[in-house]
Amino acid sequence: MIASQIIDTGNSKSFPNGLTLSLASGDKTQSLIIIGDSVAKAYQAISNPEQYDLILLELDLECLGVHTGESMGTEGSSVLGFARFKLGDDPPSQLIELVKQPNSSPTAIALAKSFFEEQQFIVAVCADTPGRIVNRLIRPYFNAVLRRLDDGLASANDMDLTLKLGLGYPEGPLSLLSRTGLDHHAKVSQTLFEALGKSEFSPARRAQVALRKSQT
Amino acid sequence: MSSILKVGVVGCGTMGSGIAIVCARAGFETYVVDANEKNLNNLITQSTDFFKKSIARGKMPADQLEPTINRLHTSHKLSSLSQCDIVIEAIFEDLTVKHELFNELNTICPSHTLFASNTSTISITEIAGGCGRDDRFVGMHFCLPAQLMKLVEMSPGLNTSEQSFQAAWAFCQALGQTPVKTQDTPGFILNYFLIPFNNNAIRMVESGIASAEDIDKAIKAAMGYAMGPMQLLDLVGMDTQKLLCHAMYGLTNEPDASCPPLVRRMIAAGHLGKKSGRGFFTYNDSKMFGA
Repeated sequence: MIASQIIDTGNSKSFPNGLTLSLASGDKTQSLIIIGDSVAKAYQAISNPEQYDLILLELDLECLGVHTGESMGTEGSSVLGFARFKLGDDPPSQLIELVKQPNSSPTAIALAKSFFEEQQFIVAVCADTPGRIVNRLIRPYFNAVLRRLDDGLASANDMDLTLKLGLGYPEGPLSLLSRTGLDHHAKVSQTLFEALGKSEFSPARRAQVALRKSQT
Repeated sequence: MSSILKVGVVGCGTMGSGIAIVCARAGFETYVVDANEKNLNNLITQSTDFFKKSIARGKMPADQLEPTINRLHTSHKLSSLSQCDIVIEAIFEDLTVKHELFNELNTICPSHTLFASNTSTISITEIAGGCGRDDRFVGMHFCLPAQLMKLVEMSPGLNTSEQSFQAAWAFCQALGQTPVKTQDTPGFILNYFLIPFNNNAIRMVESGIASAEDIDKAIKAAMGYAMGPMQLLDLVGMDTQKLLCHAMYGLTNEPDASCPPLVRRMIAAGHLGKKSGRGFFTYNDSKMFGA
């Protein structure tokens, strides 16, 4: 257990009910966790970040480098990013995507993994890249399914049934998107499209329609 | 009701073995042809292991082990399929080789024999073209691992007769599988989405975004999938993934379907996946999934 201090700036997506920790005493290892929607401001206000062995910043869709700055691939320190994966209107999952930079401290990474795993989260480490792991993989897939539905490949039910039975998925992608919000998918996909410039991230027509509908 | 009694399976790799198990388990006399002696021997030993596990799990009566194994017949020769009512091709994804195979089968099998391809990417109409019986030709794409997954994508070609399609559909149901009708388009439903998805996961490993282990961990935890893409790729095999990519990219020209360079390097290094003991992960045995 590491001694941790939490700064909750409010409206955390990863921890909508706040983050509670069992704080250890007498341990020399120090960590700081900043969560909420004003992480940038709170992080900039820290006068002496070097005093911490680990600083964890909650990320939304942005890269960690937005907060720490970058230096042509040599960036990295004891400051790491993280986000608890959440699909649209669903509650946050147990997955924590832990974001590192090229020269992030291995000690800080180990401490962060240990910290989240002690809280019963599943931790996957990834580079500081738009979409991290899950969004980078599932958004093009969701867009392709939506486009093929428009192309008349099969009915929504048959496409969902095929992907569930063929791959053992617990829920078909179209049902999942309907349930968790196509408009959410459109927002995430548009952000990744702008960051990565790849057409597969461009939100499918049905997602764009849902987003516009949600804004009227 | 299916009028099919004897089934031929050509190709005894991962997919062909799984399909043969499904057929024998459902009570069909099953004739399996492969040029590789080792593959044929593996079929019998791995099927036995698989059925024993099924018995242990209460999914198969113990007294069915011997008769089920006895329904599996292996041979190097296509002529052993001369009495089959349906022949399912499960060889690698190469249109020229498939054409040659079906042309030869057309001279061996009786006229009523249905031809089916387990292709997951190539057009059924194209495979059927020139085989001499394109009206009796259907796509029957089983899913990996075939012995466990119920779905079969059923695709008619442009010249497939309704009668042939219905006969194949009834046979699929008699196997205890769940058929879903798909259009004869590249990758049908499943692989149209799966090949790019898996390629993107490979590219993430290739570019150092995350390790194979972390990718699988993330996808399983976030999406509730039973298996991550890297584990699935190890099961598919890098050699098969390369062929799938070539077939799919050749038909669609979609960048995500093109074969990632890492796949070629892994093949060159012998890291084919579970079957070679090492792919994205390492394996202590090459036992069939579920055995």
